[in-house]
Amino acid sequence: MSDRALLEGSEAMARAAVAAGCRFFTGYPMTPFTELLEHMAALLPQVDGVCMNAESELEAVGMAWGAATTGHLAATGSTGQGLSLMQESLSEITNARLPLVVFNMARGQGDYFQATRGGGHGDYRHIVLAPMDVPEAVELTRLAFDLAGQWRTPVMVLGDYFLAHTYQAVSVPSIDGAAPKVPDWALNGSTGGSGAAKIISPLGSGTEGEEGFDLGAHFADCAAHIQALEAGVEPLVDVGFCDDAELVVAAYGSVGKFVRYACLQLRDSGHRVGYIRPITLWPFPSQAVQDAAAGSAKVAVYEQNMGQMIDDVRLATLGAVPVEFIGGPSWDHSGFGIGPDINVPDISERILEAMP
Amino acid sequence: MSDDRIFISTDEPPAESAALVDDFTPSLITQANHHLCPGCGEPIAIRAAVEAIEELELAERTIAVFGIGCYTAFAHNLDVEVVQALHGRAPSVATGVKRMLPEGFVMTIQGDGDMVNEGLQEVLHAAARGENITCLLLNNGVFGETGGQMTTTTTLGQRTKTSIEGRDPHQHGHPILLSDLAATMDGAAYVARCAVNNAGNVARTKRYITRAYESQMAGAGFSLVEILTMCPTGWFVDTLEGPDYLQDTLAPVHNIGELRTP
Repeated sequence: MSDRALLEGSEAMARAAVAAGCRFFTGYPMTPFTELLEHMAALLPQVDGVCMNAESELEAVGMAWGAATTGHLAATGSTGQGLSLMQESLSEITNARLPLVVFNMARGQGDYFQATRGGGHGDYRHIVLAPMDVPEAVELTRLAFDLAGQWRTPVMVLGDYFLAHTYQAVSVPSIDGAAPKVPDWALNGSTGGSGAAKIISPLGSGTEGEEGFDLGAHFADCAAHIQALEAGVEPLVDVGFCDDAELVVAAYGSVGKFVRYACLQLRDSGHRVGYIRPITLWPFPSQAVQDAAAGSAKVAVYEQNMGQMIDDVRLATLGAVPVEFIGGPSWDHSGFGIGPDINVPDISERILEAMP
Repeated sequence: MSDDRIFISTDEPPAESAALVDDFTPSLITQANHHLCPGCGEPIAIRAAVEAIEELELAERTIAVFGIGCYTAFAHNLDVEVVQALHGRAPSVATGVKRMLPEGFVMTIQGDGDMVNEGLQEVLHAAARGENITCLLLNNGVFGETGGQMTTTTTLGQRTKTSIEGRDPHQHGHPILLSDLAATMDGAAYVARCAVNNAGNVARTKRYITRAYESQMAGAGFSLVEILTMCPTGWFVDTLEGPDYLQDTLAPVHNIGELRTP
């Protein structure tokens, strides 16, 4: 069952999250993340879930961490600076092998590295999904909770002001109120006194013996898990017209939708332009980018930052074709990353200038 | 110091092994061996905390959230369910656990560096919110795990590695008396401070912890028990001087007693 409605991106994601089984949400208001928190605050009590207006992002991610240990699907989120505050915990939550969905409604595209590099300390990565519009955000929200539960790892949904605040007609799965099944590893206190009480720790679940527990073995397990994620999570990508393209343009997120439209128009007027839009930013769809670039003379990367995803495009193409940056920061007085350059004629001009 | 005190030489092994009178390990401690220093007060406090869980029959509904400090070693020694949190963040993690498991018994174990330095806002917000959890503060007035640096609970004049001539209010500021602060919060149901430097205080510690647990199980709101613990290694005093040093240095500032009751 699904409901068709005209919804703001924030509300659509909130409904999709609750429909996917999310029962705990917490956050600290910050534009453009705020409305997601408001919608979760309205929705979760209807299914006996909990939404908390945390006192800071540090507390928000801590509360989400605690809720996640109980096996109920938990989520939090923020925007650039707030996500920076959360990174210490996101690293530890990854090593504690806990599922958590993080909605990152970024200001512009300057936080690609923060999202995809594991912005915190330590040797870790987590899954990052970047929808281009509201319908895709609904699909990817569901996928984010599924992947988080399946792999017991944080999954970030990376959006922006456009995604959070644009109204679109969209089908959102109905919220049926059924309680999601709690997995076996979850804590509820019941193993206390059994001689083998559970522990959930970023340092592993070993027992302190005469020799102490084996921290090295735990970190080896964490490394193996990251490798398994990289190999096992299907990289998602949106590709068009790359078979005979002289120039392939790479872009992600809502900006990627503008770039895709510019490419469609240029194709209509006879230019041999193709596009590739990575949807999973980690694991990065390196093979798909390599394949898309294979017949072309050049790859151009359009991002509204100083050039971040271009590093991943260069690593994917390994020097096989020249990779040129045609983006750049785009800001207006709001500071929310809705600059004047999100503009199809401007993007088309840059693409044409980059044509080989 | 009186002349009749017994000093045990640790320069050479004892001539004969100590006789085991009985096994006094609480049933909820799986491994009594630990790596904490001789004279440390934390194992005594943990023991009281665990015995109270057992006596109130809370073992099968307990989730203990650990901070980061010397006591963290016990996270892997207990037979109750444990979540290991980051330095300072245990009250938020415990909040998430408790909100999803309202029937559970949820507690935190943190030191003064963890709770009062790094995580001051967390514990105060939890108290103000009336979060129905129990926080235990093991306060020794120094960063023990890193070797005896000043924390915000270090008392004026107390010598640490980062206040060599003694804590000077003009340079290092004044100590924060956490329990006194938490007791002002309307969401706090039970706040008390005790110590483990003598038998009477150990008994009092167990009593206060039990009252805090009972307060949570009655749904009264936030509870906090601050326990002054010895850290002779971090204080740079002889092991046997720990209890007296606590009495002379910490106890006159961090006053023992119940500060807020339901």
